[in-house]
Amino acid sequence: MNRLLRTRELWLALAILAVLVLVTIRFPRFAQPGNLLTIFNDTSILMMLALGQMAVILTRSIDLSMASNLALTGMIVAMANAAFPMVPIPLLIAASIAIGAGLGAFNGVLVWKLDIPPIVVTLGTLTIFRGLVFVISGGAWVNAAQMSPDFIQLQRGAFLGLPILSWFAIVVAALVFVLMTRTPQGRAFYAIGVNPTASVYTGINVGQTKFWAFVLSGAISGLCGYLWISRYVIASVEVASGYELTIIAACVIGGVSIAGGIGTVAGALLGALFLGVVNNALPVIGVSPFWQMAISGAAILIAVVLNARGETRKGRVILKRASA
Amino acid sequence: MTDTTHTRHLPDRLDSPVRAAVLSWESLLVLVAVAIFVANSFASPYFLNAWSLSDLTFNFTEKAIIALAMALVIITGEIDLSVASIIALASTLMGLALQFGADTPMLVAVGVAVGIACGAFNGFLVTGLKLPSIVVTIGTMSLFRGIAYIILGDQSFKGYPASFSWFGQGYVWWVISFELVLFLVAAVIFYVLLHHTNFGRRVFAIGNNATAAQFSGVRVDRIKFVLFCLTGLMSGIAAVLLTARLGSTRPSIAQGFELEVITMVVLGGVSILGGSGSIIGVVLAALIMGLVTFGLGLLNVPGIVMSIFIGALLIVVIALPILFKMWKQRTA
Repeated sequence: MNRLLRTRELWLALAILAVLVLVTIRFPRFAQPGNLLTIFNDTSILMMLALGQMAVILTRSIDLSMASNLALTGMIVAMANAAFPMVPIPLLIAASIAIGAGLGAFNGVLVWKLDIPPIVVTLGTLTIFRGLVFVISGGAWVNAAQMSPDFIQLQRGAFLGLPILSWFAIVVAALVFVLMTRTPQGRAFYAIGVNPTASVYTGINVGQTKFWAFVLSGAISGLCGYLWISRYVIASVEVASGYELTIIAACVIGGVSIAGGIGTVAGALLGALFLGVVNNALPVIGVSPFWQMAISGAAILIAVVLNARGETRKGRVILKRASA
Repeated sequence: MTDTTHTRHLPDRLDSPVRAAVLSWESLLVLVAVAIFVANSFASPYFLNAWSLSDLTFNFTEKAIIALAMALVIITGEIDLSVASIIALASTLMGLALQFGADTPMLVAVGVAVGIACGAFNGFLVTGLKLPSIVVTIGTMSLFRGIAYIILGDQSFKGYPASFSWFGQGYVWWVISFELVLFLVAAVIFYVLLHHTNFGRRVFAIGNNATAAQFSGVRVDRIKFVLFCLTGLMSGIAAVLLTARLGSTRPSIAQGFELEVITMVVLGGVSILGGSGSIIGVVLAALIMGLVTFGLGLLNVPGIVMSIFIGALLIVVIALPILFKMWKQRTA
């Protein structure tokens, strides 16, 4: 099973490599280390969000509110920073994680305690969170001049030659990897996705596990709220509008099964990276930005078709293992 | 309704009287609609006026027309997130046809045909290749709108003939708009189709248990394919109405419609897990959403703030029966 899983991620890595090679043949500068690091940095936020979404999808749920959570949390910390520039940035980052986690917990409680389907809950909170951005900001923007220099500069600083933003992605990926593969909670995410009924009999609280998945996706959304705002130095109602589906697309391309229970950290990262590479490569080879949406749509469909084949194979392998 | 907390992962509809649940849901919606209507008439002196109420219908008819078909798709346990992008593509190709000198009947034919073609493409991917519809339609959502962007770029198509504009702006009788009449006719057709035909019964059967339906002779894939074509068709019709009403086509047309359509369907009492729901509920939910947005509009509440009310309404209305049941269990 491990071997097959690895081939799927390997296939994705090869696809990314193929895009890189093809573009580099035309434009040798594209594959320079500096540019590759830029692509990685550009994709950092999407990678983190995809990991949060993966945790939720593993539990047979879906979080449509991530982008709205990001916009709301980002607006709150941006306004806090504009009003109280003396507040240290690490405190604001901690606050953004806490606010995001709180919004995620709201989703989680509705799913856990009231047993409302996640897609309905997050469809509702998607519009509620987005509307709240307008309410707290009065429709006004927070622009670069109002943000403190520290607020903007922190993620642009470098450590060991990598921008801090990239380090955020690496740390989050490492934490989620440990959570998913080395803790009972991570196992529970997979278990209730594979078979919720059997999970109940093994003593897993299904509702509570979903709750924690939503808290995780919320916390990551909140963190990305700060990162997004300080990266693009503008906080407005439109921030990351419609991005929720891009996040899900990254997961799907990365082989996370929408039916729950299947998906890896590496897959989600590669899925996000694939979208990042494609989006970076298109302008370089002179494809108009208007083509971008159609091409990523086509990429999603192709990835889904290939993934579906992989999943049926995987099902058979599980049966073989069980009978052996 | 029996206790669902212990069977939360199994469809509990077999042991629950669906009809009774649906009836009570609809009465709840009627209550909500009347409450909002009364609140509106107290909130603004401009509300209780024939033209005002007629304007109100433009708030929801285009989305509601799609919601009718979406309800059937969701009852079978599938979903279509690409409907707004189908509108964008259909509208763009209508605009393109206009540039080549097409007249009104031709424009309508193009819009409807593009809608059906897009729906058939979704249906093929879902039933032919056995892919999950939520993922397929996230893909085609980007794909269809992407093609609209490729064709249009940052341009727009304008100059639709007056006879075409009638579809979105014309009135059939005094203040009764063509859009509203079309929606009501479509609602009756879908009501009969879902609740009084074998086809409708099969739709419910698939949603309750697709495997069992398959074994009892229901051609599950063929029905799902037809339903995706149907949402495509209704999206094509909505594209005609919306384009005619706006008098122009931009690639960003109908952005975000898909979530509003799904909100209407879910608010209307259709289970997102499939297997239950009614057309009357969907019509009522559409009316409620129209009333809320229009009422708040009269109070000069910005559109984005209205979305808070719609989102909250969705969660509260869904949560109410559950909370009520929990409360009853506690007191019993």
